[in-house]
Amino acid sequence: MVEVQNLTKRYGNIKAVDNISFSVEPGVILGFLGPNGAGKSTTMNIITGYISSTSGTVTIDGCDILDNPKQAKAKIGYLPEIPPLYIDMTVRKYLEFMFDLKRVKLPKDKHIAEVMRLVHITGMEGRLIKNLSKGYKQRVGFAQALLGNPPVLILDEPTVGLDPKQIIEIRNLIRSLGKKHTVIFSSHVLSEVSEICDRVIVIAKGKIVADAKTDELAATLSNNLKLSLIIEGASSAVIAELKKIPNVKSVKKLREFSGNSAKYTVDYQKDTDIRRDVFNAMSRIECPILEMQSGNESLEEMFLRLTKEKGGKSDDSNS
Amino acid sequence: MTAILKRELSSYFRSATAYVVMGVYFFFSGLFFYLYCFRANSTNLSYVYANMFYIIMFIIPIIAMKTFSEEKRQKTDQALLTSPTSLTEIVLGKFLGAFILYSICCSIFLLYAVVISFFAQPQWSVVLCTFLGILLLGGSFIAINVFISALTESMIVAAVAGMAIGLIIDMMTYFISMISITWIADLLGKINFINYYQNFTYGVLSIVDVVFFLSVTAMFLFFTVRILEKRRWS
Repeated sequence: MVEVQNLTKRYGNIKAVDNISFSVEPGVILGFLGPNGAGKSTTMNIITGYISSTSGTVTIDGCDILDNPKQAKAKIGYLPEIPPLYIDMTVRKYLEFMFDLKRVKLPKDKHIAEVMRLVHITGMEGRLIKNLSKGYKQRVGFAQALLGNPPVLILDEPTVGLDPKQIIEIRNLIRSLGKKHTVIFSSHVLSEVSEICDRVIVIAKGKIVADAKTDELAATLSNNLKLSLIIEGASSAVIAELKKIPNVKSVKKLREFSGNSAKYTVDYQKDTDIRRDVFNAMSRIECPILEMQSGNESLEEMFLRLTKEKGGKSDDSNS
Repeated sequence: MTAILKRELSSYFRSATAYVVMGVYFFFSGLFFYLYCFRANSTNLSYVYANMFYIIMFIIPIIAMKTFSEEKRQKTDQALLTSPTSLTEIVLGKFLGAFILYSICCSIFLLYAVVISFFAQPQWSVVLCTFLGILLLGGSFIAINVFISALTESMIVAAVAGMAIGLIIDMMTYFISMISITWIADLLGKINFINYYQNFTYGVLSIVDVVFFLSVTAMFLFFTVRILEKRRWS
């Protein structure tokens, strides 16, 4: 449905997007994940034809965005990071304008009413957009993207700045839309992406650093297992002893508790088990283990590691 | 294009812009009508519109300042540029919106001619010719201001720059008289708007004048399209 090939966007010497390729099948919700300034918005702006790429191609359902912009754009519903709302218009007038602008061929009143019902803004027709709350503005932006039932929906951080209830509503909406549309959806909140999406692309510094099905993401990406311990005794001796254990990659002291105990995390090699070794080592130096808990690296930590390792230092400027 | 045109027009009339612009326009044209026709006991309307030239140069930047600068600032250009509408249609829609508001202002001129006709038979050829001249002049100046608006994100900057250019066009004749190098003076004379506009107010309809204004309009609308296109590529 959406084919992106070798997409690169340069701003002077800076590569905002660096040779990105991916394709999305119909009916898939793709999560686009990355820290601020990773190139998510730039990529989405290129896919929707708002800006052009320095090199590379984007094809929407067989239509190239540069060669066939009208056909390609007609297949996309786009909700940019800041919803493109004319604040001096009423909700109804705005949606009618967008309906005409997109040259939608459906029955106008019925379709607009249907879209408004879908995003729960029925009853707001007569309100001026500038008087709406952030959450409602976002929904009007959403409604605008849905006009004409485009097969591809591109949503740039649709949940930013909403309250928890609204976030849940928008997430449910995206999930229900994913049944009929191809959705590309960006976020810097990992839990959100892993909750909604079928597939996740992690992007950092303009490069794709991971591309996997959501449920396989953890398994494919994680190299390390983790053990969380609370041990009593001199921490220097404990750390030194833990580091001697084979397959241990790193030991970190998190915090100290009263009574000469402290909390440590130990990263160790995948497919090994160090729990017995840890027990033996600690009993050797007579430092009792008060608590031991094994757990995988959380998605959040993995995300941080990935975007740091492969993408380099992330900066805050948004693209 | 019609969607954009409709939105532009309704946006002028939903805000104070249309009413302020029309008020100012009607006030000054009424003033000049009173001074040059009633006070002077004349039925000659051409002085009224020779003077309106200066007012128009201030009003048009106000009409056109928002066209693209505000879209860019509010990020609504994202909706326009990602819709299945070409840049040319967007620019034409915006231009026509401003032009129609301007034409509504100008139509008061025809009313003056009707008023005159109660006292004496006006020279309809002069009236209609002048009216065409006003529309053509306004069209070209709107195109220039739409272009300026596409260059900036601030409508204030667009309006001030537009007025500055309007002043330069107003005073072109004085500038030319100050320049002693003949070829430069000749060249500037060729792009002096007043030279072309005045012929209309005399009732002279010449193809040269019409083509001049139409080509200025087309040229700046084309530049606007190019500027929007360039922004996507940079």
